[in-house]
Amino acid sequence: MGRHIQALLGSLGRLARNPFSTALTVLVIALALALPTALRLLVLNAQAATGDFSGAIELSVYLKTDVPLAKAQQLERNVRERADVGHVELIPADKAMEEFRTYSGFGAALEALKDNPLPHVLHVQPRVDAQTATAVESLRHYFTAWPEVDLVQVDTEWVMRFNAIIDVLRHLLAIAAVLLGAGVLAVIGNTIRLEILNRRAEIEVTKLVGGSNSFVRRPFLYTGVLYGLSGALLAWVIVEAAVVVLGGPISTLAELYGSRFALQGPPADDVGVLLATGIVLGWMGAWISAARHLRRIEPRA
Amino acid sequence: MIIFDRVSKRYPNGREALTNVTFEVHTGEMVFLTGRSGAGKSTVLKLIALLERPTRGTVVVGGKNTSTMKARHVPAFRRHIGVVFQDHKLLADRPVFDNVALPLVVAGAPFRDVDKRVRAALDQVGLLGKERMLPMELSVGEQQRVGIARAVVSKPPLLIADEPTGNLDPDLALEIMRLFRRFQDVGVTVVVATHDVHIVREFGQRELVIENGQVHGNVSDSLPSVIAVR
Repeated sequence: MGRHIQALLGSLGRLARNPFSTALTVLVIALALALPTALRLLVLNAQAATGDFSGAIELSVYLKTDVPLAKAQQLERNVRERADVGHVELIPADKAMEEFRTYSGFGAALEALKDNPLPHVLHVQPRVDAQTATAVESLRHYFTAWPEVDLVQVDTEWVMRFNAIIDVLRHLLAIAAVLLGAGVLAVIGNTIRLEILNRRAEIEVTKLVGGSNSFVRRPFLYTGVLYGLSGALLAWVIVEAAVVVLGGPISTLAELYGSRFALQGPPADDVGVLLATGIVLGWMGAWISAARHLRRIEPRA
Repeated sequence: MIIFDRVSKRYPNGREALTNVTFEVHTGEMVFLTGRSGAGKSTVLKLIALLERPTRGTVVVGGKNTSTMKARHVPAFRRHIGVVFQDHKLLADRPVFDNVALPLVVAGAPFRDVDKRVRAALDQVGLLGKERMLPMELSVGEQQRVGIARAVVSKPPLLIADEPTGNLDPDLALEIMRLFRRFQDVGVTVVVATHDVHIVREFGQRELVIENGQVHGNVSDSLPSVIAVR
């Protein structure tokens, strides 16, 4: 334990002794980590903003005009029993006609009609977990197959498109995270490589007096972890600062659309993942570099 | 303590540094390795400290056959050998204390012991009170003594030195050699490579002469004896 603390303090001291190059390396790591974190935040906030739409995906199932009301009510009960349906409401033709008369302004013209031309309509809301494009599409197929059904209309295709865009963003996030993570590995690995070369004499002497490979490697692993953790902390600060800067304008924009949406900072879970990622990448980068370069340094007399 | 049995060493560049060398150094002995520069003295020391492995033959140090030793056992093996270099190989950016403490730190000695033993080692070489100085602030002789303190701080049973007096004037050289003999007096086996014939004569220890990759002299006598240089 004492040896680990010693190695950790030694690594800290060396980083502090070269503040400029340390700061540059940490900044590069921070930017690479901040980008996927910000993208993740964008996805989260977009989902929060569209949370208001979760009731907005709705299928209007128009029954044929010759379907009697009793049959329509039976169909409504059938639909209610489906697991992927959250809410269903039957609008009988008479009620629809009444509403149309009241709100459309065609009241007088409609008096001229002998029969009610409107069909019974089922308004079906899928459950929240069945609001994906494929789930809604399978519901639509289900209704279209009924002999009593004339037309199925999905009213809010734009919400589906929006969700599809978010899905694209989510995949983009995964790609960015992998690529930038590899970048962080490379940056830390290279920094550790340079440090190993700089301290070649020290490594040789340490091996000469019986320092094991793990003893020689330990300070470099700590250096890598410190780089990764510092980079992750700085990335967190960058993202929080961006949230503060963007918060005002985004609230204004949301207000103009009649929403009370406010930009959210990264949740505690995401911060945890960010810091853990920094530590793991730092350790891995240092380990790969140390394994490659320390083995080549053998004491010469 | 040390057995070389028909040992040959050929370097990757094709140069054969040692050819069929056989000799023995007993526990508690002090032996001088002499010969011209490039005769193979350094190679013998490198084979003892496992910085090199023999091409043919067997090297046994402290009962361990170095030819068959696995790489992961080498660090522990080296902790039982104190090594002193002509260029002392001190870390220029570390104070004397840290340099001397390195073998103890590497072996994971507790902090309290480190402090005590580093001071004891510095006291033995007459440098107590200079713990906080950097190697550059010391004279050449003092730097060499720091190197010796580092070699003996973990009380190894075997001490080897490669031209430890090469950069020193005769008085200082004599002083350093007396230091080595004091370690022999307390039971440490000491092997010193040197080309300084006068010193060897003065001390009257057993001498192994290396010439063209061959060892001459009294190769297996456990009693200290003077072998005249031809």
